[in-house]
Amino acid sequence: MAFTKVALFFLLVAVTTKPIGLYMRRVFCGERTFLDPLAAPLERLIHRLAGIDAKREQSWQAYALAMLAFSMIGLVLTYALLRLQHVLPLNPDHLGAVGPDLAWNTAVSFTTNTDWQAYVGESTMSQLSQMAALAFHNFASAATGIAVAIAVIRGVARQRAATLGNFWVDLVRATLWILLPLSLVAAIVLLSQGVVQNFDTSTRVRTLEGATQAIAQGPVASQEAIKELGTNGGGFFNANSAHPYENPTPFTNLFEMFLILWIAAGLTYTLGSMTGKPRHGWAVFAAMSLLFLAMTSLGVAAEIRGNPLHHLGPNLEGKETRFGAADSALFASVTTAASCGAVNAMHDSFTPLGGFVPLANILLGEVVFGGAGAGLYGIFVFIILAVFIAGLMVGRTPEYLGKKIEAKDVKLAMLTVLIFALFVLAGSALATATNAGRSSISNAGPHGLSQMAYAYTSAAGNNGSAFAGLNANTRFYNIGLGLAMFFGRFFMIIPVLGIAGSLAAKKRIAESAGTFPVDGALFAILLAGVIVIVGALTYFPMLSLGPVVEHFVMQSGKVFG
Amino acid sequence: MKEHLVIATRTTLVLLVLVSGIYPAIVWGIGQLAFRDAANGSLIVRDGRVVGSSLIAQPFTSARYFHPRPSAVDYNAQGSGGSNLGPTSQKLRDRIVADVRALQTTTRATNIPPDAVTTSASGLDPHISPEYALLQVPRVARARHLDEANLRALVRGHTEGRFLGVYGEPRVNVLQLNLALDALVSRDGARE
Repeated sequence: MAFTKVALFFLLVAVTTKPIGLYMRRVFCGERTFLDPLAAPLERLIHRLAGIDAKREQSWQAYALAMLAFSMIGLVLTYALLRLQHVLPLNPDHLGAVGPDLAWNTAVSFTTNTDWQAYVGESTMSQLSQMAALAFHNFASAATGIAVAIAVIRGVARQRAATLGNFWVDLVRATLWILLPLSLVAAIVLLSQGVVQNFDTSTRVRTLEGATQAIAQGPVASQEAIKELGTNGGGFFNANSAHPYENPTPFTNLFEMFLILWIAAGLTYTLGSMTGKPRHGWAVFAAMSLLFLAMTSLGVAAEIRGNPLHHLGPNLEGKETRFGAADSALFASVTTAASCGAVNAMHDSFTPLGGFVPLANILLGEVVFGGAGAGLYGIFVFIILAVFIAGLMVGRTPEYLGKKIEAKDVKLAMLTVLIFALFVLAGSALATATNAGRSSISNAGPHGLSQMAYAYTSAAGNNGSAFAGLNANTRFYNIGLGLAMFFGRFFMIIPVLGIAGSLAAKKRIAESAGTFPVDGALFAILLAGVIVIVGALTYFPMLSLGPVVEHFVMQSGKVFG
Repeated sequence: MKEHLVIATRTTLVLLVLVSGIYPAIVWGIGQLAFRDAANGSLIVRDGRVVGSSLIAQPFTSARYFHPRPSAVDYNAQGSGGSNLGPTSQKLRDRIVADVRALQTTTRATNIPPDAVTTSASGLDPHISPEYALLQVPRVARARHLDEANLRALVRGHTEGRFLGVYGEPRVNVLQLNLALDALVSRDGARE
């Protein structure tokens, strides 16, 4: 049964990859689509209102600056809205202003598509904050990610070009043609299943036994749809997609998992299609699939086997009855393979190996499909490294789709890998070495280390899921994780755009007998291998001391008080 | 950079209206028109009063009702969440061992279904497994002077299966089962 769940889900993603990938190619190459009659007039209106010159293309530097400017304005706006929510409208429960360090953390978190949440949504954020400050970024940060991915693909596809496209045009197109219409359809599907969408204050009910229960309500369906589709992951409620108002049925659970991976999977086809090498796109898809199926199977098996200390069978602590152990472990793998971070179960209560899977998925760089856009430009870095390594092995200048990969490109690629590792490892180390870091953990023994490591991994990887027992709403974590999210996002995007700009300027050289093919099974395996090796070499000690040690300790029957 | 910041500000304001204003309003409109009940929280009204939501667990302690899973947040529907206790937590193991022992004593069963002694992720899990519901049948039957076979049939009638026979797990909605239970009793006139 568990095998069928994973296999059918994977099949669903695989057969829908081409349609969405092809559609995205049409959207960003300016070809005709069925949505043009609706979206094109709206696009012209937005261009006029915002002062966007659609004809002007941008160099990689200008593209990066525009992206930064847009992100910074969004960050400042969110910070301001959170600090002022007590005097702004749409605050039916009269919630107070959000404190400065939490507001900083949350503003960075949503701007960077992380959606790490150090607060309890239903009792911290007003409805205006949820919709304007937070849900805005669900669209904005996802559209930014998709735009960057498209710019990277153009960098590969073009030759002797000085430009990568126009950030503003790509941003608006990603919103109007992809995120908004798909979210609307998804929201309606979710509504039909019981996801709420209202502006009521909390509903007071008198229970059958005569007690009073106040049930938080809100505009959830609209936010839930884009939260998954844009791989944001920030829940309306504290329990995120485990809350029955966010994810009421096994069907919505399947649907939400599909939304999380759909755009990222599709972009592999867009890559192949826009570069004129569809088979290369599929090879990248295959490398991702290999890692996804391996990691997911491990996680599902661990959760079904359960915790030998409890003698109960499947591990249901921190899981919902309607999902059970298998669907929860599958969701955990999906949400961390992508940089989503929505959760339908509490990862903190997973078995050690069950919790190893989401942690390791993020550490691999969230390139197993990955986030909306972020997955594609993330795997682009590993593609550069893979062809570089292949070039070293055969002793030839590495090439990628006819472009010579030179020292500068490889240096920039390594920079993104190292920046991520630096924030994960130095951040976790700082947390373990200080009272401020350690005092937030809620579990003793190796699990406490996993909690701190997971926090910095999730932040630097822009994932946003958590071992949620960690009390993250402290000045130490709010500021530190805020920095990790910020650098994890922008020190990834800027070097990647740099590589794309460098590739775009190069002349395409003809393939020769010595060219390492990037469209077959060999390349897929090499790419998956490079991802695993880079991840394993960097994070093996940390993973050993956390989940791996805990696994063996658990087997020996030891607990920590 | 100044030009970028100007465009960024204007783009942000325009998109804000679109994605944070118009989009949720359209979804709200569709919800209120086409899925009114679901969009407003799947609330259940009995005798003109809202008694709960079919999607949100409420506490039950009386022997006359089926009980939901334990909740780490005491069924607080304004602050959902799980226990977040890790797999090697002594607190978690001690809690589970104690709860299993207590259930074994009261039900004289040897196998305790895992959902009976574990807290859910949301703390508001509206469902229990059919096994846990059946485990509670003798207690409820005694408290209400009802036939166990009737109650077992009631549980079976309220059991939902997997989606497409594959996704999710079989489950029983506790509030709906308890409402049916109340209706059953009043129909037979067997109030105690």
